Amino acid sequence: MPKLHAYVFEALVVEEQVIFTFSDLCRASGANAAQVKGLVEEGLLHPVGDAPEQWQFSGPSLKQTRMALRLTHELDIGLTAAALVMELLDEVHALRARLGSGGRT
Amino acid sequence: MDYKDYYATLGIQREATQDEVKRAYRKLARKYHPDVSKEANAEARFKEVAEAHEALIDPERRAAYDAIGQRRERGPAFEPQQNGDQDKAFSDFFESLFGRGRGHEAAAMAAQGRDHHARIEVDLADVYQGAQRSILLSVPHRDAQGGVTLEDRRLDISIPKGLRSGQHLRLAGQGAVDLDGGPPGDLYLEVTIRPHAPFRLDGADVHVDLPVSPWEAALGANVKAPTPQGEVQLTVPADSPQGRKLRLKGKGLPGKVAGDLYVTLNIVLPSSATDAAQQAYQALAQAFPGYDPRTSTQEA
Repeated sequence: MPKLHAYVFEALVVEEQVIFTFSDLCRASGANAAQVKGLVEEGLLHPVGDAPEQWQFSGPSLKQTRMALRLTHELDIGLTAAALVMELLDEVHALRARLGSGGRT
Repeated sequence: MDYKDYYATLGIQREATQDEVKRAYRKLARKYHPDVSKEANAEARFKEVAEAHEALIDPERRAAYDAIGQRRERGPAFEPQQNGDQDKAFSDFFESLFGRGRGHEAAAMAAQGRDHHARIEVDLADVYQGAQRSILLSVPHRDAQGGVTLEDRRLDISIPKGLRSGQHLRLAGQGAVDLDGGPPGDLYLEVTIRPHAPFRLDGADVHVDLPVSPWEAALGANVKAPTPQGEVQLTVPADSPQGRKLRLKGKGLPGKVAGDLYVTLNIVLPSSATDAAQQAYQALAQAFPGYDPRTSTQEA
């Protein structure tokens, strides 16, 4: 049975308003600690802070981590290859934008 | 419910080895993976391919599926129970055979934590103005007998203005309830902005085509142009070539850095069906005796 709620939940925009700790990011993305550390080593994620306990990840890290996990799982590739794919995709998007193909998503 | 030919989906023979199943899946996964693919309907195709792989890569599932296929060749169509649910990983056909798919995300979620991910579609107007939306969640609930049932729960959320497609919303404490009394997880919603003709989105920028007549483009004009916030008066500069982009600064998606609205002029020729139109075009031709659009250098 649907319950009635008078309360309206405020949603935060992750990419702009959220900072993740190491454990936050693991929990939110479904990645394990080794996978997140791997993505930091690959240079895909850039946390602020020296040691994992102090790491702070920007909001877009969630999307990047989830995408890297999806790629490794669904294309059966390693983290290094997933990081490479994502860098190349960024480059493709940047090149498309420079071609002025405005309007494509 | 339709029978699904998983072998056809992967483009392999019924006698294919497990290695061939894997190879076919990998090749198609690279082609249709929604993160990397440029193909139309990549997401739907990838889902089919992933489902076929999930069904065939496990020898037990494959045997069960093959048995259905053989029965189907002999008898009437396979008709299991139907239940609709758009957002799940696998089709009704798959679930009627094997139960809920053990997708990567479901497995990871159970092992790692209780944050949930879902998607939400919002309207372009919501992005400009902000909005309130109700979403329906299926949440597990422990009943008096200690069993676990799924319960529908409605959640009213505020959609902040200035979202971009692909961004995520976080609703603290609205993920899975911990049935053992721990703190609940968070709910993440991936945002897609619903297409809204005639507008096209490119990040924070909004694009729209604006038809103009040849004389409006040549002589300049004040015309009405659509924007997601309603019509505005727009000055078309004289001698505007086909495809000229006019930028309305800050009229794209709102946000910390607001996007721009680009209006692309599209010169439309009136039909020459009437005598008067014929004469007008002939007069135009006579007014430009030396004009050859194939050799004249046109300004961009």
